[in-house]
Amino acid sequence: MTCDECGKNKATVHLTEIINDQITKLNLCEICAKEKGSDVEQHFGIGDLLSALSDTHAPSQGVDAPAMKGRCHHCGLTYDDFKKIGRLGCSECYVAFKPSLVPLLKKIHGSNQHLGKSLNPQFLSDQKVSSKLHEELEMAKQNLLKAVKGEEFEEAASLRDKVKFLEKKIRENKA
Amino acid sequence: MSVKVDVLLKQTCEWLRGTGPNSDIVLSSRVRLARNLEKVAFPHWATKKQEKETLETLEEAVRHIDLLKGSLFVHMAEIDDVDKQFLLERHLVSREHMMQPDSKAVVVGDKEVVSLMINEEDHVRIQVIQSGFNLQECWRTANRLDDALLKKVKFAFHPEWGYLTTCPTNTGTGLRASVMLHLPALVMTKQISRVIQAISKLGMTARGLYGEGTEAEGNFFQISNQVTMGSVEEDTIDNLERIIRQVIGHEENARKTLMKQNREVVQDKICRANGTLKSAHIISTKEMMGLISMVRLGVDMGIIPDIDRRAVNELFILTQPAHLQKIEGKMLSSTQRDVKRANLIRRRLEGR
Ligand SMILES: [Zn+2]
Ligand SMILES: [Zn+2]
Repeated sequence: MTCDECGKNKATVHLTEIINDQITKLNLCEICAKEKGSDVEQHFGIGDLLSALSDTHAPSQGVDAPAMKGRCHHCGLTYDDFKKIGRLGCSECYVAFKPSLVPLLKKIHGSNQHLGKSLNPQFLSDQKVSSKLHEELEMAKQNLLKAVKGEEFEEAASLRDKVKFLEKKIRENKA
Repeated sequence: MSVKVDVLLKQTCEWLRGTGPNSDIVLSSRVRLARNLEKVAFPHWATKKQEKETLETLEEAVRHIDLLKGSLFVHMAEIDDVDKQFLLERHLVSREHMMQPDSKAVVVGDKEVVSLMINEEDHVRIQVIQSGFNLQECWRTANRLDDALLKKVKFAFHPEWGYLTTCPTNTGTGLRASVMLHLPALVMTKQISRVIQAISKLGMTARGLYGEGTEAEGNFFQISNQVTMGSVEEDTIDNLERIIRQVIGHEENARKTLMKQNREVVQDKICRANGTLKSAHIISTKEMMGLISMVRLGVDMGIIPDIDRRAVNELFILTQPAHLQKIEGKMLSSTQRDVKRANLIRRRLEGR
């Protein structure tokens, strides 16, 4: 079998992976496999990446040196388990294996800082404000009905204004 | 075979409609987000009981989300292998989702644009697929669905690392954006491996429609972002879009060059493919994919005027093994399928 990349040399590195519904097979020669480097490693799973890392780095500066003996208190996964299966056990593992994961994330993504969408507190507090507004609106509507029935027209007029005001505020919050 | 899943058979999934921007070269755009519940064991590491609880939590949340009203909720354990394969062929589930189906589920929204996998590699995988080159819209929809879920459940999130996923290759945004491209001219002019190499140097990956490395079946290539940390979602998508636009440009140029320099050869290839598909009585998936790719190119270049793109797109999926068996309503051997496949293609291409 010849190398998929250069089509010249004999392929000695065979990689297979299933991501979602995609099976990928790649047959590479030694040179091309090295050249493809981190692309292939990322593409072909963390297990390969970890072994690739331990191959290319001197043992003393291996990425997984610090927390290698650790175990996640929450789910019981050990760092060795992670190295074997390439998957973490729960969200707490990230904290448990932080010293090893930070350089790993950096190696995989070229960064260890999330810049995207966040679970920001502003978002959550906006939700709270909006549900409070809804409650107030319901209350005002009920009082309005009562006032109309009781023919308390002055009271009703001011409640109608309040309902309008709250409805407008809720619309603005949504926009 | 489950009656529940049959509903899907009667409709065309959105991503095969053959409409939307650049739909001559771009088959579909897809965005998926990986999310997990906070402090709950990830599916592969969870006990049966924990997995069941995750399913219950998420099923409850999903049932109260407006965006998912009227969705089909399928427990993977309830359906047989043909149905599972059928969902895979429609890009609604992954291979991983078909194994050990206990406590796994898939939620399929209107027109199959939006779907969720529960207890796949991560607790939830949100997916949005659209026809044509439409990544921004996919992202907006996925983001809205994510917002809706955020109001119901607590997702694992770290201010420094973002969304925490089972595999560190998804940590951060958990976002994988991809585009399925039909690139027959780049393959015919032998430029494809150069293009793919360039793509991977830019931090993107390329794969086939249902498998294989560089010699993709039917000349379909899926290009997606690799990295999920260090950039905001919109930038990740912008970046991918920019690269895709270049690939589209290369394919367009290659088509023009082919028509200028090898018009007869191209026309011959396309018309022979059309002829074979219209007259074959036995055909394998592999042979079909190559020929349909040529017919699609013929349709796009105006060489075959009497077939529309949607009909061709539908053939790609209707002729897959599980689809054929669902259409026939029974299990078929591979030889039987090759006959049924040829029949279906003949009927469809004759416009019947
Ligand atoms: Zn090589
Ligand atoms: Zn853990």
